Amino acid sequence: MTATAPLLAIEDLTVEFATRRGTVRAIEQVSLSITRGETLGVVGESGSGKSVSAYSVLQILDRAGRIAQGSIQFSGMRLDQASERTLLDIRGREISMIFQNPRAALNPIKPVGRQIEDVLLQHTLAARSNVRNEAIKALKAVRIADPEQRYHAYPFELSGGMCQRVVIAIALACRPQLLIADEPTTGLDVTTQKAVMELVVELTHERRMASILITHDLGLAAAYCDRIVVMEQGKIVESAQVSTLFQAPQHPYTQRLLRATPRLDSRIRDLLPEPRPAPVFPPHGPPLLEVRDLVREFPARGQTSAVRAVDSISFTVHQGESLGLVGESGCGKSTTSAMLMRLLDTSSGQILFKGEDIAAVPAARFARHPLRGKLQMVFQDPTDSLNPRWTAERSIADPLLRLSNLSRRQRRLRVQELAERVGLPLNLLGRFPHQLSGGQKSRVGIARAIALDPDLVVLDEPTAALDVSVQAVVLNLLADLRADLGMSYLFITHDLNVVRLICDRVMVMQAGVILEHGSTEQVLSRPEQAYTRTLLAAIPHPPPVQV
Amino acid sequence: MPLPLPQRLRAIGYRLLQAVPVIFGIIVITFLLTRALPGDPAVYFAGPAADERSIAEIRAQLGLDRPLPVQFWHYLGDLARGDLGTSISTGQPVIHELMTRLPASLELTLAALLFAVLVAVPLGILAATRPDTWVDHLCRFIVTAGVSLPTFFTGLLLVYIFYFLLGWAPPPMGRLDILYLSPERVTGFYLIDAVIAGEYAVWRSAAAHLVLPALTLGLFTLAPIARMTRAAMLQILASDFIRTARAAGLTRRKILIAYAFRNALLPVITTLGMVFSFALGANVLVEKVFAWPGIGSYAVEALVVSDYAAVQGFVLAMALLFVMLNLVIDLTYTLIDPRVRLGD
Amino acid sequence: MDTLASRPNTLGRHFLYVLSSNPVTAIAFALFALIVLTGVFGPLLVPYDPLATHSARALEPPSWDHWFGTDHLGRDVFSRVVVATRLDLLISVAAVSLSFVLGSLMGALAGFFGGWADRIIGRVLDTVMAFPLFVLAMGIVAAAGNTIENIIIATAIINLPFYARMVRAEVNIRRNAGFVQAARLSGNLDWRVLATQIFPNALPPIMVQLSLNMGWAILNAAGLSFIGLGVRPPTPEWGIMVAEGANFIVSGEWWLTLFPGLALMLAVFTFNLLGDGLRDLVDPQRRT
Repeated sequence: MTATAPLLAIEDLTVEFATRRGTVRAIEQVSLSITRGETLGVVGESGSGKSVSAYSVLQILDRAGRIAQGSIQFSGMRLDQASERTLLDIRGREISMIFQNPRAALNPIKPVGRQIEDVLLQHTLAARSNVRNEAIKALKAVRIADPEQRYHAYPFELSGGMCQRVVIAIALACRPQLLIADEPTTGLDVTTQKAVMELVVELTHERRMASILITHDLGLAAAYCDRIVVMEQGKIVESAQVSTLFQAPQHPYTQRLLRATPRLDSRIRDLLPEPRPAPVFPPHGPPLLEVRDLVREFPARGQTSAVRAVDSISFTVHQGESLGLVGESGCGKSTTSAMLMRLLDTSSGQILFKGEDIAAVPAARFARHPLRGKLQMVFQDPTDSLNPRWTAERSIADPLLRLSNLSRRQRRLRVQELAERVGLPLNLLGRFPHQLSGGQKSRVGIARAIALDPDLVVLDEPTAALDVSVQAVVLNLLADLRADLGMSYLFITHDLNVVRLICDRVMVMQAGVILEHGSTEQVLSRPEQAYTRTLLAAIPHPPPVQV
Repeated sequence: MPLPLPQRLRAIGYRLLQAVPVIFGIIVITFLLTRALPGDPAVYFAGPAADERSIAEIRAQLGLDRPLPVQFWHYLGDLARGDLGTSISTGQPVIHELMTRLPASLELTLAALLFAVLVAVPLGILAATRPDTWVDHLCRFIVTAGVSLPTFFTGLLLVYIFYFLLGWAPPPMGRLDILYLSPERVTGFYLIDAVIAGEYAVWRSAAAHLVLPALTLGLFTLAPIARMTRAAMLQILASDFIRTARAAGLTRRKILIAYAFRNALLPVITTLGMVFSFALGANVLVEKVFAWPGIGSYAVEALVVSDYAAVQGFVLAMALLFVMLNLVIDLTYTLIDPRVRLGD
Repeated sequence: MDTLASRPNTLGRHFLYVLSSNPVTAIAFALFALIVLTGVFGPLLVPYDPLATHSARALEPPSWDHWFGTDHLGRDVFSRVVVATRLDLLISVAAVSLSFVLGSLMGALAGFFGGWADRIIGRVLDTVMAFPLFVLAMGIVAAAGNTIENIIIATAIINLPFYARMVRAEVNIRRNAGFVQAARLSGNLDWRVLATQIFPNALPPIMVQLSLNMGWAILNAAGLSFIGLGVRPPTPEWGIMVAEGANFIVSGEWWLTLFPGLALMLAVFTFNLLGDGLRDLVDPQRRT
């Protein structure tokens, strides 16, 4: 490091929150610093306190939160002791922030141009007479096409990526010295993600700004940061240059996190902290599911013709096989899975499952169909997928109660057997969902899905809501279950790195059609379609590690 | 981009069109209330003193011996001509009486709402910006007490204190002292008409008579507005875009007024519909307590003598008034919220 | 099964926890118990016959003999206020239960099945809501006849849309929730999904509404009798008693109005406080 004074220096910062159950420390003795022109990554899983650290810099914590200890220095000024008036001049003018969920981060009933004007006027960087021109310039700076028109747009009229550009425009309008980006790309599609990150990097470099990128994604941090700080449970466990961190991580938590993050070359067992033998899958059998010319149309408001969410797709899943279905939001993958699961009626086409066309059975009547138990699903959000008023045991037992002839005693034994199989401690069976962690809820959902020994399980982004370390464990569990039970998977995801780990074959879907289809190895290394190549190029990869 | 004007006009036109089935529903219900429920309408229409024969005559005269759809058709015809029947107690056409008395009710209701909004909105904002402080608890207490007070009871209590004990208020009898003649009718609102006529003493008397009933009604309507303002402000103040505004260094005042309150206004305006419903109902009770010569006390008098045409006319008039107020609310909403789209 | 055995226990503990952490809720529960007990045992305990007139002792202010004074016919106001509790409570409980059952049914059907059921039910509710509700109740009672049953029915009808709309919204947001889809995959038919998955989870906010509505129902019933609909003199009922007292307030006989009015207010206040308290109690997220 050079000897220049840091732009921002946080020392021994402790932040406490007053809650119903007393005071909780969100972060403890956090120290970090950043120099001009540097990009610092703050990486951690949920609850690690990374966002709280950022909010305390600008003192925009919730009412319940307060700085208990420590100091925050910015260009030689003590922010933790500054008056509200001083802070008003700092916020937005010297230090700015951008947030996740950009659409919610904008005032919904004010044209976006006017929201930029508010900031410019606040910090007297424009007069009433020229403020409109300045706002349009700010929109132009974030590469918004047709800024004069977009000036009048409301957030609901813009795409998520567009909204994030507006948020960036607001943050950078006053040419601050430091930008704090709090999960700026979470919730955006990978291609948008890349565009947004590149814009941020370009603008901050161009203006010689320092920036802090707060993220849960090590790959993202590695791709765009100079230095990385790793946080765990409110404490900083490691701080190093990117190359050092990936070559020689010091702290066991960092090592675990690095392992758990899927990389280009990783195999599924590499994600786990302890080495284990690779799962051995039984050979693929005959076709189990054959989809032919499947179509689903939805009536479109204000249009005469219906919109085709799924446009005549065909594919086959063999017994014991794991097939990936990849696409960005709105591509039709969720509609497809709902039809396969018989939760949604088809418009036309066939779904042959074990030779029977189940598309012919209306979704409302399929609940009592003999094949119901053989076709199961694991849902995206483990919290949402469990009845909040049922214990874990009751949730797992439900399919057994409805579709099997087991006695009460046999059901209990079966639930215990399933819990053991998915690695759910038996003493947790009596708990309600809100008393379980994300990983535990996800296990309950998986146990329920395999309770009836299904032949095909559709996994709808089963790890999207989980932290990477939990994702690593759940992915391995899924692989083990397939190896042991010989089920087939249809794995729906937006994450190509996960597909690489768990699928034999993969399909890429866009706008309701399947663009590309082939073995995972082939599609991911030698993609034929430009769209697939864009998707692949958009994923940030952490550098290879030696751990 | 804001909707271009023609599109906005179309949205407004569409909203007006949506009121049509509702009005039809109202007419059907007021019709059914008289004709289809147990109890013989002819008996009501004939009045309490009628005998068998005159009831039968009235039944034939009113067409009550014909099938329901035919009766409905005639009812529609009468309505189209503005004929709500004749009041048996006063002998006047019901529509005429309602039109004469309506301004008194409106003046009272609007004065009460004005008072309620002026108190409730700042109270709600104050409570939301200081959650879990004494201001907030006080607000919650006032709100809960406010909805718990029966309006007729509050009215009587105020009369006892301010008229009987303190002698500050005039007796609870009507809109003016008997000394004064009502000002020349322009709007029917005495406070406005007295100004137009330049009669200061009349204005004072009208205002003095209006204070207690308006206060009574206002206290009752205050609670839901304050509750909603507080809830909406709390929710909005916790939302992401407020955080963005704070991070951008906007002043507290700017954030509170231009960002939070402008957004909180939308749910508050929606609540106003419900508040109007309460206010128009409570209006009847307040009018009875203060002998206020509006359509509410007219209906109560009519109920006592089973003057059914008058009651039916009153119910219909109130419902139509309410539909109109709701339309105004919806149109205001359409103008304020850019997200409201055609057909939403 | 130990998990099942411990459930009522945790619920009970949670109940105690809510009561101890919020004294206002504890007061509300105590008041509620008091009102219910008064409703049940009140008529057995009062010192005088609520209907017995005594013209020699008319319009007496409160004293040791007559705690709340006497009315214009010399009846004991205290006894009348206490005895009236049962009737006012009965009317509101009956009306609210009726609208709760019918409203939940309508709302659940509309929210779960959507389409035509939703449209028809929505239209009906819109039409009811198009009236100022108290005015509609007046119209119904005036048309159907001046009886207590009709007061109950009218109050139930004007309460109906609140439940129906609320249940519809609560059911609708859960219609495609993950756990509902999962229940379908487990072989549950639609009606069972609605009854075991969706409705129990929609219940907490409805219970809160129920309590708030009880207060409103009492106010409505009292308001109707205040203007001379429904309950008739000499039956003791709070609304009528306030109406009778109204004639005497301008001449200073305040006790005729004040005590029944306070009783009415206290009852409504209790149900409103209870509603706020229930919100904490039924929220499973706060149960630990």
